Amino acid sequence: MGKIIHTQTIIDTVAEMCINANTFLSDDMLRGIQIAESNEESENGKEIFETMLKNFDMAGKKGIPICQDTGMVVMFVSFGQDLNIEGGSLEEALQAGVAKGYKDGYLRKSVVLDPFNRENTNDNTPAVIHYQVVPGDGLKIKVLPKGFGSENTSALKMLRPSDGMPGVIKFVVDTVEIGSPNACAPIVVGVGVGGTMEKAALLAKEALTRPLGDHHPKNHIESLEEYLLEACNALGIGPMGLGGSNTVLGVNVEVFPTHIAGLPVAVNISCYVNRHIEREL
Amino acid sequence: MAVINLNTPLCKQDRRGLKAGDHVRISGTIYTARDAAHKRMIEGLEKGIPLPVDFTDEIIYYMGPCPAKPGEIIGSAGPTTSGRMDIYTPELLENGLGGMIGKGNRSERVINSMMGHDGVYFGCVGGAGALLQSCIKSVEILAYEDLGTEAIRKLEVENFPAIVVIDTMGNNLYETERKKFAYHI
Repeated sequence: MGKIIHTQTIIDTVAEMCINANTFLSDDMLRGIQIAESNEESENGKEIFETMLKNFDMAGKKGIPICQDTGMVVMFVSFGQDLNIEGGSLEEALQAGVAKGYKDGYLRKSVVLDPFNRENTNDNTPAVIHYQVVPGDGLKIKVLPKGFGSENTSALKMLRPSDGMPGVIKFVVDTVEIGSPNACAPIVVGVGVGGTMEKAALLAKEALTRPLGDHHPKNHIESLEEYLLEACNALGIGPMGLGGSNTVLGVNVEVFPTHIAGLPVAVNISCYVNRHIEREL
Repeated sequence: MAVINLNTPLCKQDRRGLKAGDHVRISGTIYTARDAAHKRMIEGLEKGIPLPVDFTDEIIYYMGPCPAKPGEIIGSAGPTTSGRMDIYTPELLENGLGGMIGKGNRSERVINSMMGHDGVYFGCVGGAGALLQSCIKSVEILAYEDLGTEAIRKLEVENFPAIVVIDTMGNNLYETERKKFAYHI
């Protein structure tokens, strides 16, 4: 018999995570922005970084969101197969946690029920939840409140194996070039290569949860991340697209086995706040 | 860096005096509208329904705020991506709109329309929702209350920081600035 977790614990934890991620910048992002500020060559860029840092400070002090687009919530949940949930369903608890967090935290409700009729659900649910069943009795929850200024600039392409790494590089850089002026640069770029169409997109999304500055353990992927970072920053697009040396703060690439006929690549873009938070229950 | 103080409304002459790259602080009344409000305004115009606000020489801020915490008048209030409003903007410029505040690039059609009507486009720092909230001194819902965060709001702002990104001559910082910092690898 594994561990027991009550749904109320899950609701309260998720609510707290939503409020926290929207109000406080994570340590890795703060470090990344401070480094970028110190080497920014553009006068506009320097002033923009100053404004960003002032804003983080003010959000924390006032206890209000850093950005008014408090996002649509994406969750990655690792569920231990021996874990017992008491008090109701896990899915309902996770969704209830989002609703509670967005109400209690005075966060903006940005979700519409039907993509065509577009009526607001008024509690920011449903969240998009991805589950993974793992050995043991743990419960790990990652929460990403994903803003759509950057989400809208993301893209996916099914490349051919012959396109290889040069094809992937071209697609990532092209996507950043088109998207970053609208995506609140300097951005974080999550890249998923391999798998199937939807697997590549999931890899790209989860890549955004990797702390800024950490690299992929495989050498050739780490080299790709470093090359992409330099290639994107050479675009000169800069903070908020107004020119400068920092267009991208980091590129996180994840890979997965794929089919002999394919080379799927997905690029998921996040703004410079890149809200991500993780808890283990 | 020199900063120009602006008071709204901005007449054509004021707007023509602004150059891409100018740093400004805006004080006075501005109006919020984003996707759903633009759609409703333009669909209304097509049916002969007048705009809910006389936008002559006024500024629209592309923004949908967070709810206000107790003791506050509004929640976080930073700009949204302007490009989504591009399809609707020329019609508002034709109806007298003087300027827009948002983030991100505009379409060629919008820039041409701005040049034809002396429109000016200001950019402010995306994501700076808490800082920009502190520049807002009063809030009144003017129209489309059912749209919630997307309702049209009348804001009184003080020293709202922005940069002229596209001026009435069509000079565009998104085009000119990146060239100074781009390099080949």
